[in-house]
Amino acid sequence: MKAPQFAYVRAASLAEVFSVWAAAGPEAKLLAGGQTLLATLAFRLSDPGTLVDISRVPELKGIAQVGDAVRVGALTTHAELGAHELIRRHVPLLAQAVPLIAHPAIRNRGTIGGSLAYADPAAELPACCVALEASIMARTAAGERRIPAAQFFTGLYTTALAPNELIAAIEFPLAKAGERSVVLELARRSGDYAMAGVVAKAKLAGSTLVDPSVVFFGVGDRPVSAERATAAVAGKIATPETIAAAQAALDADLDPPADLHGSPQMKRHLARVLLARALRRIAGTEEARAA
Amino acid sequence: MSSDVDISLTVNGERVARRVEARRHLIDFLRLDLGLMGSHTGCEHGVCGACTVRVDGRIVRGCLVLAASLDGGTVETIEGVSDSGEIRDLQEAFVARNACQCGYCTPAMLLTAADLLSSNPQPTRAEIREHLSGNYCRCTGYHAIVDAVETVAKQRGGRAGS
Repeated sequence: MKAPQFAYVRAASLAEVFSVWAAAGPEAKLLAGGQTLLATLAFRLSDPGTLVDISRVPELKGIAQVGDAVRVGALTTHAELGAHELIRRHVPLLAQAVPLIAHPAIRNRGTIGGSLAYADPAAELPACCVALEASIMARTAAGERRIPAAQFFTGLYTTALAPNELIAAIEFPLAKAGERSVVLELARRSGDYAMAGVVAKAKLAGSTLVDPSVVFFGVGDRPVSAERATAAVAGKIATPETIAAAQAALDADLDPPADLHGSPQMKRHLARVLLARALRRIAGTEEARAA
Repeated sequence: MSSDVDISLTVNGERVARRVEARRHLIDFLRLDLGLMGSHTGCEHGVCGACTVRVDGRIVRGCLVLAASLDGGTVETIEGVSDSGEIRDLQEAFVARNACQCGYCTPAMLLTAADLLSSNPQPTRAEIREHLSGNYCRCTGYHAIVDAVETVAKQRGGRAGS
């Protein structure tokens, strides 16, 4: 279907974004990469009245190291993210996640800020941000504030952003020495949204998992931290018994809704399978096996 | 604020200036405003890949790009890369392998295959399938398409090595 009529304004600066956006009323939407927004417009799920094109706003671009973090501009495309030297060196989980996001033609245009603002519960980057303890740098005309990723996703397609507040950048802590991370997902076809996915990281001290973190996607209304499963492996060696205990604990961490892909029982099963694979991958006992 | 937007851009090497509706996506712009019918409209919501074209040198979903956002940009379509001869070997291999089938997905398949070979000149069959996975063929003749892309990779590799 064709999109509804709307007015279009291309903003050249952040100041212009905020002035145009405020004047355009509460229905107006920001256009970044458009890879989700234009599809929702084609379905007429959205009738924004005005689109404010922010894709050329220089303040929202670029990747740079800032102290002990890498700051990623909201307009960074998935393709740019996956290829960037600072990301590959200091936040390698993101480079792992990028090939799982949609397809090359979409990764060339879709942006990290757009993905986080849309907050699809089956998307990879929101879960990565939670697992990596990233900060969402949110901006209004009045200034910037820092929102921990764990508090940013508040429900289905819902975030902590206030009206007329946008994502300016995301700050990722630099990976620590000895830290290992993995992102795995199960999808019916390559590039589809995941039926279930997991992001896991831990430091490996010898064979012991230290400071583990396990976050699932596609099994709830937002990224889901698996607190009990994480506790079951913290300070342990990833033996088959430890993994089985984590899988058992996982049941209480998740409350997956049924969706097009299957029942809650199926999602629980997929999550258990992914958890075991992720823990083995981090522990180095399943190096080469494809997810 | 207006729902009509003036744009000036380069399409297949030619400068074009038009006034477009803000909601006009790139494929309707190419087909209906410029008469370039090689780019195909499929699902119109970013799933099927039939509308793949190049914007500023990179493949994109034409249905997920507003023409209005491309002022100053560069667009290349199947017509452009056919005329330049850039993908002649891919086109010949698609014919030789009967990879065109009904032809609807073909222009996008060719541009996506060219994109793969430019960044990964010697892909495995699995890598070819992965890169083409966002382009649907409803004849479901993927095998012949993968064969054609693999053939060209080998041909080009042979030439580079000789």
